[in-house]
Amino acid sequence: MKNRAKLLAYPYIVWMAIFIVIPLLLVFFYSITSGNIYEPSSLSFTLEHYSKFFDMLYLNVIWKSFRLAIISTVLCLVLGYPVAYIISKSKQKHRSLLLLFFLLPIWMNFLLRTYAWMAILSPNGFLNKALEFFGLPPIEIMPGQTAVVLGMIYNFLPFMVLPIYTVLSKIDKNVLEAAADLGANSFITFIKIILPLSVPGIVTGITMVFMPAVSTFVISRLLGGGKELLIGNLIEQQFTIYRDWHFGSALSIILMIMILVSMAIMSKVDNNNNDDEGRTAMW
Amino acid sequence: MKKVIIVVFTIVTAIMFMMLSGCGKDKVVLNVYNWAEYIDKSLITKFEKETGIKVNYELYETNEHMMAKLEAGGTNYDLIFPSDYLIEEMIKKDMLQKIDFDNIPNFKYIDDRFKNLDYDPNNEYTVPYFWGTLGILYNTEMVKEPVTSWDILWDEKYAGKILMLDSMRDTIGVALKRLGYSVNSTDPKEIEEAKKSLIEQKKLVNGYYVDEIVDMMINGDAALALDWSGPAMDIYWQGVEYIKYAVPEEGSNLWFDCMVIPKTSRNKKEAEMFINFLLDPENAYQNSEFVGYTSPNKVALEMMKAENPEVFDMPAYMPSEEILSRCEVFKDLGSAKELYNQAWMEITAQ
Repeated sequence: MKNRAKLLAYPYIVWMAIFIVIPLLLVFFYSITSGNIYEPSSLSFTLEHYSKFFDMLYLNVIWKSFRLAIISTVLCLVLGYPVAYIISKSKQKHRSLLLLFFLLPIWMNFLLRTYAWMAILSPNGFLNKALEFFGLPPIEIMPGQTAVVLGMIYNFLPFMVLPIYTVLSKIDKNVLEAAADLGANSFITFIKIILPLSVPGIVTGITMVFMPAVSTFVISRLLGGGKELLIGNLIEQQFTIYRDWHFGSALSIILMIMILVSMAIMSKVDNNNNDDEGRTAMW
Repeated sequence: MKKVIIVVFTIVTAIMFMMLSGCGKDKVVLNVYNWAEYIDKSLITKFEKETGIKVNYELYETNEHMMAKLEAGGTNYDLIFPSDYLIEEMIKKDMLQKIDFDNIPNFKYIDDRFKNLDYDPNNEYTVPYFWGTLGILYNTEMVKEPVTSWDILWDEKYAGKILMLDSMRDTIGVALKRLGYSVNSTDPKEIEEAKKSLIEQKKLVNGYYVDEIVDMMINGDAALALDWSGPAMDIYWQGVEYIKYAVPEEGSNLWFDCMVIPKTSRNKKEAEMFINFLLDPENAYQNSEFVGYTSPNKVALEMMKAENPEVFDMPAYMPSEEILSRCEVFKDLGSAKELYNQAWMEITAQ
C-alpha cells in the first residue's frame, strides 16, 4: 500500500527535477562562471558577478524594489483584511457571490489589466478626464512610484484576501461563543481570538503578495514608464538587452536568497504565534 | 485498481511529454520572427493560400531583444528582420546564410541605391525591407515653435511631456548627435557626456516606451516623442492631423531593416519564396501602406506616388536629400558596445 503510493509520486518527482531543480542548478551554474556556455573550454569559475552587484547603482535598485514591495504588501494587508473579514461574516448564500466578484478580475490577463491602468492613470486618461469634468485639478502620478504601487496593490490584493478569508471562515463558531460567554466584548474577541487565529492566513497572504511584488518587471515598466527600474527589470535587461546571462543569473540568485530570508523570518513569526492550529489553511 | 491507475497515469504523462515534441511534421512551417506591427497580416494569409506553406509568425520589440533570443540558441527561425548595425554583427559572427538570389527574381524591383550598402557590401546576405529615419513626433497644439533641434527634447518648458525610446542605440545616439558627435562614437569621453546629458534629461522625461508611444501621442499624454518615421506615417494614415514629424538639423540616424536568413533555418527555400512574395510590387505597396514605412521597392513607390502623391512631401515618408546628407547609419560597435551597455544601465537605473 505504502509502496504504491510512493510509486504514484514518481511522475511528480521527475517533473520537479526537470522543471525546477535542474533549471535552478543551471541558473546557479551561470552565476558562478564566465565565458561561452556552448564552448566548455572557455568557461571559468568566477565570483565577479556577485561582487559586481555591490555597487551603489544596483543596491539602490534593490532598495527601491524592497521599499515598494513592502509598501504594497502593507497596504494590501490593511485593505485586504477587512474585506476578508466582511466576506467571512456575510451570510452563507452571499459569500460565494462576493468572493466571485472579488476574483472576477483575475480571470482577465494580468498584462491587459496593467495596460488598463495605464489608460486610467495617464495624464489625459479616464481619471483626469473625470476630475476635469467635476472641475477638479488633474493628478499626475503616472508614470511614477505611486502608479507602480497602485498597480501592485490592484494586481496582488486577491492573493492577500483569499488566504485570510479561508482561515477566518474556518474559525470554530463555538470558540467565539465561548469567548462571549466568558464576558469578552466583540473588540476583545477580535483582538484575543480572531486575530491570533488568523495569523497563518496573514503570513501566507504577505508571502503571496510580497514575492510577486518584489520581483515584478511588467508593472514597473508600464506604470513606471521605464523610469522606475526594479530588480525584476534589471534581471530582464541582462537577458534581453545586454545579453549577460551570467550577471542576470547572479542577480536572480541574490533575489532568491533575499526572498528566502524574508520568508524564513515570516515563518518564524508564524511558528511563535501558532504552534499547531490551522497551519494548512489554503496553500 | 490501484495498479490500473498507476499504469494509466504513467501512460498519460508519457503521452503529454511526447506531445510537447514533434507535432504536425508533414506540412512545411516557415518560422518568421519580425518586429511588432511590421507587416500587413493579410499578406501572410495570402502567402499561405498561394503556396500551402504555413507561416509561424513571432514578434519582437527591439533589435536587442531579437539578438538576445537568437544568441540564446534553441531557435529555428527561417526569416528575421534586423537593422543595419545588427546585420553587420551577425555577419561577423557567422550567424547568417547567403541568399540564393536566383530564387528571388523580384529583387530587380529594389532600387539600386539600397543595394551593396556598408553592412553587406557585396549584397550576399540581405534584402532590404523598409528604411527610414529617427526623428521627433510633436503635437502641434502643445508645441508652437518649429522643431529644428534635438535641444527641444531637453527643454524644461516641456517637462513631463517628453517621451523617449526604450531602445539603447537610438536614445544614446540622439544624445550623441545633439552634442555634435557621431551616432557611432566609440570615444569613452563622448559616450560619458551623452550619458550625463540623458541622466539630466530624465527628470523631464515622462517615460521610455516603444510601441506605446503612438497611442500616448494621439491621446495627448505627451507633447514630444523620439520615434521612428514609420509611427509618424501610421499616425498620418489614421487621419490624426495634430501630430507632425521632424528630423532635426543636427542630423539623425538613417536606418535600413533587411530580410535575412539565419544559419539555424531549415527551410531556406521557403524563406526565399516568402522574400520574393514580399518583393512583388503589389504586395510591397500594400505592405508599405499598411505599416507606414517607406519601401525600397521602385515599383511600389511609383504606385504610392500615383495613389498618395502628398506623402512624398512629408519628411517621415520621403526625407529630402538635404536631410539624408546629415544622417548617419548605425554601425556595429564591436567591443565599444560595453560602454553603451554600462551607460544605458546607469541611465535607466538612476
